This record gives sequence, structure tokens and C-alpha cells, in this order.
Amino acid sequence: MLSKLKIALSTLVAGATVAALTAFATPVPAPAQTATNVAPAAQAAMPAAAPDPAAMVKKASNSTADHSKFKELQKEFKSGPEVTKACLTCHTEAAKQIQKTKHWTFEFINPETQQKLGKKNVINNFCTAVESNQKFCNACHVGYGWENDKFDFTADENVDCVVCHESTGTYRKVPGLSGHPTYKDMEFPPHSGKIVKAPDLAKVAQSVGKTSRANCGSCHFYGGGGDAVKHGDLDSTLKDPPKYLDIHMEKKGLNFSCGTCHMTSAHQVPGSRYAPTAAGKKDAVAPHMRGKADDSNPTSCQSCHGTKPHSAKMAKLNEHTDKIACQTCHIPEFARGQATKMTWDWSTAGQLTPEGKPIVKKDSAGRNAYDSKKGDFTWEDHVIPEYIWFNGKVNYTLRETKLDPSKVVKINSFEGSPTDGKSLIWPVKVFRGQQPYDSVSNTLLVPHTFGADDTAYWSNFNWDKSLEAGMKAANVPYSGKYGFVKTEMSWPITHMVAPKADALTCAQCHSKEGRLKNVKGIYMPGRGDNNQLLDKAGWALALLTLIGVLIHGAGRIYAHRKG
Amino acid sequence: MTVERIYVFKRFERLWHWGQASLIIFMLITGFEVHGSYTLFGFGKAVDLHTIAAWSLIGLWVFAIFWHFTTGEWKQYIPTTDKVVAMIKFYSVGIFTNAPHPFKATTLKKHNPLQRLAYLGVLLFIGPLLWLTGWLYLFFSDWAAWGVDQYVSLEWVAFFHTAGAFMMLLFLIAHVYLTTAGHTPTSHIKAMITGWEEVD
Repeated sequence: MLSKLKIALSTLVAGATVAALTAFATPVPAPAQTATNVAPAAQAAMPAAAPDPAAMVKKASNSTADHSKFKELQKEFKSGPEVTKACLTCHTEAAKQIQKTKHWTFEFINPETQQKLGKKNVINNFCTAVESNQKFCNACHVGYGWENDKFDFTADENVDCVVCHESTGTYRKVPGLSGHPTYKDMEFPPHSGKIVKAPDLAKVAQSVGKTSRANCGSCHFYGGGGDAVKHGDLDSTLKDPPKYLDIHMEKKGLNFSCGTCHMTSAHQVPGSRYAPTAAGKKDAVAPHMRGKADDSNPTSCQSCHGTKPHSAKMAKLNEHTDKIACQTCHIPEFARGQATKMTWDWSTAGQLTPEGKPIVKKDSAGRNAYDSKKGDFTWEDHVIPEYIWFNGKVNYTLRETKLDPSKVVKINSFEGSPTDGKSLIWPVKVFRGQQPYDSVSNTLLVPHTFGADDTAYWSNFNWDKSLEAGMKAANVPYSGKYGFVKTEMSWPITHMVAPKADALTCAQCHSKEGRLKNVKGIYMPGRGDNNQLLDKAGWALALLTLIGVLIHGAGRIYAHRKG
Repeated sequence: MTVERIYVFKRFERLWHWGQASLIIFMLITGFEVHGSYTLFGFGKAVDLHTIAAWSLIGLWVFAIFWHFTTGEWKQYIPTTDKVVAMIKFYSVGIFTNAPHPFKATTLKKHNPLQRLAYLGVLLFIGPLLWLTGWLYLFFSDWAAWGVDQYVSLEWVAFFHTAGAFMMLLFLIAHVYLTTAGHTPTSHIKAMITGWEEVD
């Protein structure tokens, strides 16, 4: 079934990706419906019959409050913070709640490793780092105005309520505006000829409601610099996914929002890639009892399905759940909606035309394969994940972590073993690339990429200046010498759960060249783990016995004939 | 020479034998597929079929054990050294020279001494080895609950289960061949079908 749909989708996907990338589309408005900022190709990826989002929300909403009737919202708003002030007149504690979340602080201390993580601190192998590029990157901050270290994290009006709650699909935080939407029509990306319209903030404010898939997706679908780039299991096809793509989110089916699993309370969204829950609760009884005092993560398959989810007819499968993450079988491939970026080589960035102009090259599917600003990329769809033992503990290579440039640097390494009693076999997307590092101190570097100044790499294509500016902003010493080091980053695959008919079948792992051929420390029948000596001896003895009885029989026949 | 016919295998015994034979052959086929030696039914199907056959065989054995003890037929497997050498001599020399069979089956002693030893080996060693390891294999995920996970590993359970399977295969080859070594090449086989064995 997957393969049939694959063909149909890849045609759609190719077009959508081009559009998203040429637009540097981070982030896009919630249900990205405005003709001005979505190229025709991208619209093709959306269902032709999709109803007008605003009308749909009205019909579907069973809220007891119609925000368009609130006097506080019936006025002209000049800026995002003004809207927030209006929200806070009723929702008095909302801003304070937000300010305690990592959506706001971009900071997370891993309780197990004590590593200081969060977008503010980590370096990845996509756009690498936020520091010195806040104006651009913080288009995905749930606030207004974070452009440098002077941002006031305590000001309530700096919280952006509507990006997560509006439903017009017209509100877009444009990269470069430090988290603000544009307040007058503007061309974006610059020189693209595309106009991003200023949203009608009153309409936006009046449209608020529960956070939809499109709201979360306006940032999370576009991580890493464009639609489907980063995760492989989160992209814009989840706004209205067909059943085969996501069994939980299909509109005609269960129609889950992100929050159905990421069961949010006081604006704290559970579920984390910094400290993931690898195994769910061992004694989980389905479903996760709402309201019950329980520190378990509701955002796991087990929290609803328990640890014995298969019917008695398939009881053998229940015996797999203490070794194998649900995702391993039930998300047989990632990037099933559209292609995801698999590699990114920064070392080739900066090639210019003889006139000094940046270059963009496409691959055969029309996806960006080279961009002077970023280097070389490769894309893949319907990707078979890599599989690893994972116990939920992740170690990061941070700015200060020493690395060995002769080896591939694991930006995050997933801990796990077959014997620790906590690990399951997980599917991961491994994103590989090359990126700048300090070749004297052997640490990863923070490049300054975006800005109107003469040090920003995307304007000047000069690594020396870019890295010096980036490291200065990050307040970390830089030797002035850089090189490019190979890096790897792993992303657990957990979204886009397929219908059960598409789950892996036994022999996809229990075979010699099966999916789990590289997973060590476990005996798997059928994988060729068997004792070779025993096999050889066994078959040899069987053959000898057979030959023996045949000779014996032949002798008897001969003797009998002879008389 | 008059041919004497004696009734050696009762109805249940014959049913047990053929049921067991088919199940064992079927389990060898499915088992070696699960083992990874070839692909026939597909791994998942092979596991299911192997498991069903295993439980069927266990059921059959429960009846067989009951039958053996209630009828006293278990005595047929008491080992003896009497005529063992003669039997070996017969199979290695006499059978080629038309020498008379050194053992005469009777209703009370239907197995020759080599058969007794071989079948006892199957019943007391190969069988239990396969059963024990097979059960551990089936209940792999309960090891922790049983508290046995620190003493056994699936790798070794699989090793001994496979070793048992190879032994059973060797037995099967030799056994099938030796069925032709009766009074006539087909007399043993006929006996196992009809119950009546022709003896000299």
C-alpha cells in the first residue's frame, strides 16, 4: 500500500519542497493558505477540497467563547504585543505560564546529564546555531523582539499568544523580524518578488482557539530552514494527512491535534527530544489516566496503548514490546509525505558566479541541491530509518565540548544497550553533514549567518568574518582558525504512525539482511545469529548419515542381486 | 517357509507414531526456516506453524504417556544389552549375506535391542532437550518474571534447541532407512500401517 501511494505523493512532494525552500520558509502562517506567500506548487500539495480554514474553525469549534464578540478584541491593533495585552486582560496568568516553558526560554537543563541545552545553547548540523542570528531564527520564538541579549524575558507583552492560537492562517512571523509578523506588506524573501501581506491583527486575535496542527506546524514542520528539512516525521503534510501517513491525525478518522498526545497543562507541553521517554511506563495501563497523580509522560504510545497492545491472535507481538519501540514496526519509513533533508555539507558553501552572485542548484526532483549560502544538500523520501538501542539519555556535543576531528562528531549521541533494562530498539533519522569547527581548540563553531552587517555569511560569504562575529556574540573564545568536521545528529522517529496494515512484518527484521542487521547484543532467530559451527557440524552429520544409509542400501541391493 | 504374522502395533500406537512422525517432519521444516536456513512459508508463518505443531505434539504426548503407562507398553523401552552385538553384526555384515535376523519380534518384545536403545534415547534425551529449550523459547518474554533470565540466554536456548533438531534429523534419516531392514524391505512399514508384522 505504501508503494502505491508513494508514486502519487512523490510527484506532489517535489513541487511542494521547491516552493518551501525557495521561500526559506521558516516559519509559515498556520494553515498557509494565503495566495501571496504560497507558490502554486505548494498549494498543489494541499488537498484541493480543503475548506476555508476560518469557516471550518467556526463550524468545528465547540468553544463556549466566540472571541470575535469580545470588545477587547474589537479594535485596531498596531503590533503583536498590543494583541497580547488584550489577551492578558482576561487570561491573566497566560504570559507567566509561557515564560516558564522552553518555548520561551529556549533553555533546558537535562536533569540526568545536567547539560545546558535548548535552542539558545545547542549547536546542530542544520543552520547550526541561534546565537548572533536571533533576528532570523527567533521567528520561531514564541515572543516578540528577541534580537539580542537585551531581550526582556519578563515582559508579559513580549509573549506571542496568537502564533499558537490563531486560526486565520494569515499570521506569519517573518524571519528577520525577531519574532514579529510584518506590520506592512513586504517582499520576502528579499528580491523574490513574493509579497507577504501584513495580517489583520484584529481578525487574527478574534480567531483564536485551541492550538491546531497548523499552529504547532508553523514552526515545527519547518525546522532546519524549510518544510520537512529537519525531522523526517514532521512536515506540512501533517496539516491534513491521509490515513496512510498518520493513522491518528487523518481528519475523517481520529483527527488528533498535536496536543492530543502532547497533553499540555499550564502551557507546559510534554514530550522532549532533549530528554525523550524511550520506553514509556513499564506497567502502563491504557489509557493514561487523566488527572491521576502520575509523573509519566503522556506523550508516549504506551500511555494510551499500554505495553500489550496487540490482540490475543498476535500475542507473540506483545512479547516484543519490552525490546522494541512501537515506532520501529509502526513507522516503517519516515518522510512518507514528502522528502526530508538527509545531508548538509557546509564546507562547499560560498561558490559564487563570476559576477559574485550566489548560486542555487536543483536536483533531478527539483529540490535545492546546492545553495551558496548553505552548501550541498541531499534529500530522500520514504526513508528506512536506522535502528539503535536507546534508553532516553542523550548526550550533546556543545560549544565547549572537545571533539576529535579525525572522527565523525556525534552532535547528540543516544545512549542505550541491550542489557540495561531500560533500552528499546528505536528508529532514528541520522542527519549527516560537515560544519565549521575551531581547528585549534577542537570545538564546534557558531557562525553568524544572517544580518545586514558585513560579517553575516549569507551576505558576504566570508567564513573568517562570520565565525569571528558568531563566536564573539556567543562569548566564546575563537582561535581564528577553522576547518570543517563531519557531524552526525540523530532524531528519534515517532510521528506519522502508519495504519497497522503497513506495519513491518516479521521477516523484515527476522532475516539475514533485515532491518535490524546492525543491532547488536540480541539473539534474533532468522537473522543469521546462530552458531555457525553447530550448523556446519549438524548439516555435515546429516549428510554423512544420508550417504551412509544410501551406501548401506546400495550394498544390500547389490548383495541381494548377486544372490 | 511359512510366514508368520503377529499383531505388534495397536491402533493408538500407530496413530501416535504417524501423528508424531508428521509433526516432527513438519517441525523440522518450519524450525529450520525459523532458524534462517531457507525461506518457505515466510518467517512469521513458520513461527506460527511451528508453535501450533509444538502444542499439538505436546497434546499427543500427553495421550501417549498415559497410554504407555496404563498399558504397560513403556516396558518395551527398557534397555538391554542382550543381542546388541548380534544386531550390530547383522546390520554390518549379515544383512549383506542373507543371514537370518538375530531378533524375532513378539508382541511383548516388539523392538530389537538397537531400536530400544535408539528410541529410549529419543524419548529420554532428544525429546526432552527439544521440549525444554522449545518451551523456554516460547516463553522468552516471561523469563524475567520467572527469575530465570540471569541463568539462560536466548542464544544458548537456541543453540541447544538447534542441536536437538539436528539430532532428531539424524535419527529420522537412520530410522526411515532402517524401516527397510525388516523381514522384507516393506514389512516394518506395513506393520506400522496395519499393525501386523511378518516375521520369519
